[in-house]
Amino acid sequence: MTDAAQILKTTADSGLGHLSVQHVHKVYDPHGVHVEALQDCSLEIPSGDFIAVVGPSGCGKSTLLNILAGFDNLTGGRVLLDDEPLATVDHAPRPGPDRVVVFQNGALFPWKTVLQNVVYGLLVQKRMPESEANDLGMELLAKTGGLDRIANSFPGQLSSGMQRRVEILRALINNPRILLLDEPFRAMDTVSKTTMHRHLLDIYDQYHKTVFFITHDLDEAIFLADTVVVMTTRPGTIKLRLDVDLPRPRTRETITSHRFLELKQQAVSAVHEEAKKAFERGERELA
Amino acid sequence: MRHKLLQQRFGLMWLGYLVAIFAWYASVKWLPISSFQRLPDPLTVVIEWFNPDPDYGLSVFTVDYYLHIWYSTARATTSFLLAVMLGVPLGIMMGWRARVHEYASALLSILRPIPPLAWVPVAILIFPGSEPAVIFVTFLVAFFATTMNTLLGVRSIDSDYFRAAECLGAKPADILRDIIIPGALPSIFTGLQIAMGAAWFSLVAGEMIAAQYGLGFMILESYNLVQYPTIVIMMVTLGIVGYLSSAIIRVVGNRLMRWREQSLGLAGA
Repeated sequence: MTDAAQILKTTADSGLGHLSVQHVHKVYDPHGVHVEALQDCSLEIPSGDFIAVVGPSGCGKSTLLNILAGFDNLTGGRVLLDDEPLATVDHAPRPGPDRVVVFQNGALFPWKTVLQNVVYGLLVQKRMPESEANDLGMELLAKTGGLDRIANSFPGQLSSGMQRRVEILRALINNPRILLLDEPFRAMDTVSKTTMHRHLLDIYDQYHKTVFFITHDLDEAIFLADTVVVMTTRPGTIKLRLDVDLPRPRTRETITSHRFLELKQQAVSAVHEEAKKAFERGERELA
Repeated sequence: MRHKLLQQRFGLMWLGYLVAIFAWYASVKWLPISSFQRLPDPLTVVIEWFNPDPDYGLSVFTVDYYLHIWYSTARATTSFLLAVMLGVPLGIMMGWRARVHEYASALLSILRPIPPLAWVPVAILIFPGSEPAVIFVTFLVAFFATTMNTLLGVRSIDSDYFRAAECLGAKPADILRDIIIPGALPSIFTGLQIAMGAAWFSLVAGEMIAAQYGLGFMILESYNLVQYPTIVIMMVTLGIVGYLSSAIIRVVGNRLMRWREQSLGLAGA
């Protein structure tokens, strides 16, 4: 079976990717400065759900992502992935291909071509021989808006939007249980952002992975996600959980629909309240 | 367009040489300072350099001339290769593993400022014969330059690349091969060019003190034997050989770092 779509659907179909964050605490430097980044943070993410976490800078949303990815440990509570402990106080997971991160500033390897980047995970995990991995990579690139035409370019030759799409594919090809996206469109202008939303939703509609998406842009969150979670400023905890019942596929009309504005209304005061608090404290993002 | 630009650059290069040679000629011939007249003028040097029967025994037609070049080049290359073989791995380990850095950095920061010439007496004492002593002194400076630049190169790699690789399932050996080495390569090659320059620098000093062959030795020897044109010939030869050696490193570096040229839009330049 070399059909990319087929392979990549397996986790979604098998119901994998159910994430359960239970009473998670995170204290930085407990015996010194004692900075509480997360406090009693609980969150259920069903398999295949697109969840967007919104919050001001320094609310600990990146800390949460780092714990899920395995870059950081937690100091209280636990995280389950498909009902198995992923992170506990005694055990921080190693980063791995079941939870791949797409980074805020982009982390495609500049010395590898697009195709080499995309198949990197498959090769280092020794999942398949190189020729097979390349075939799969090309197929996936081709299926994503004809990106196979840039397969032999280096990342530095591409626009940042293009780089982000490639990076998402590099994560996706490993068939992860969750995609962790850390404000991937932060540095982009509105037009590029809109285009990127389209591309991301295309990928999501096609493969239905669980997505954990961090942003501080409420419109972006509502437009993309099934569930929007607003976090409080430090110590970060869940302030509001909003189920976005907008129909998929989402289109340009979605943003101007009555329901969209209604949902935005529900969340916007919560977001502003926290943003104001963070602003007044004048704090910069922790991690 | 580009052709024209290159032609212009080529022209300017020759103009630079001409000005330098004229200044040399003028200072020997017309400067009212008598000691300057001991320096041979450009024409005398060129005539001696290409003389089939040189007055002072060294020209492009004599075997000895190439023997001196060969000795110096062999020493510089040996020292350089030793420095690369030891300095690159040490720099990588120091940049990658905090513990190695703890061990090595204190020692290196004391040893590094000691000028190569200060090592010469010790080198002569501890090594049997002058050849290893000269190579050791030359090796030292090249080694420090290589190690420090490799270390800086590894340190400068964005930590997100390490994280991304780990997410994708890379093990330490993969990270070394796919992140650390390519990521540090630009800085490593900067270090290698500095190392090559430093190697020639201390090689000549070493040869002046402890050697029977080589360009550095011959420069001092010609001074002692009042063979002034030979001094200049050897100096210019040093310049050419030194330039060629760093040009080779640059070409190899560009070969290995195609992705940079392409990314900067310099492909084919």
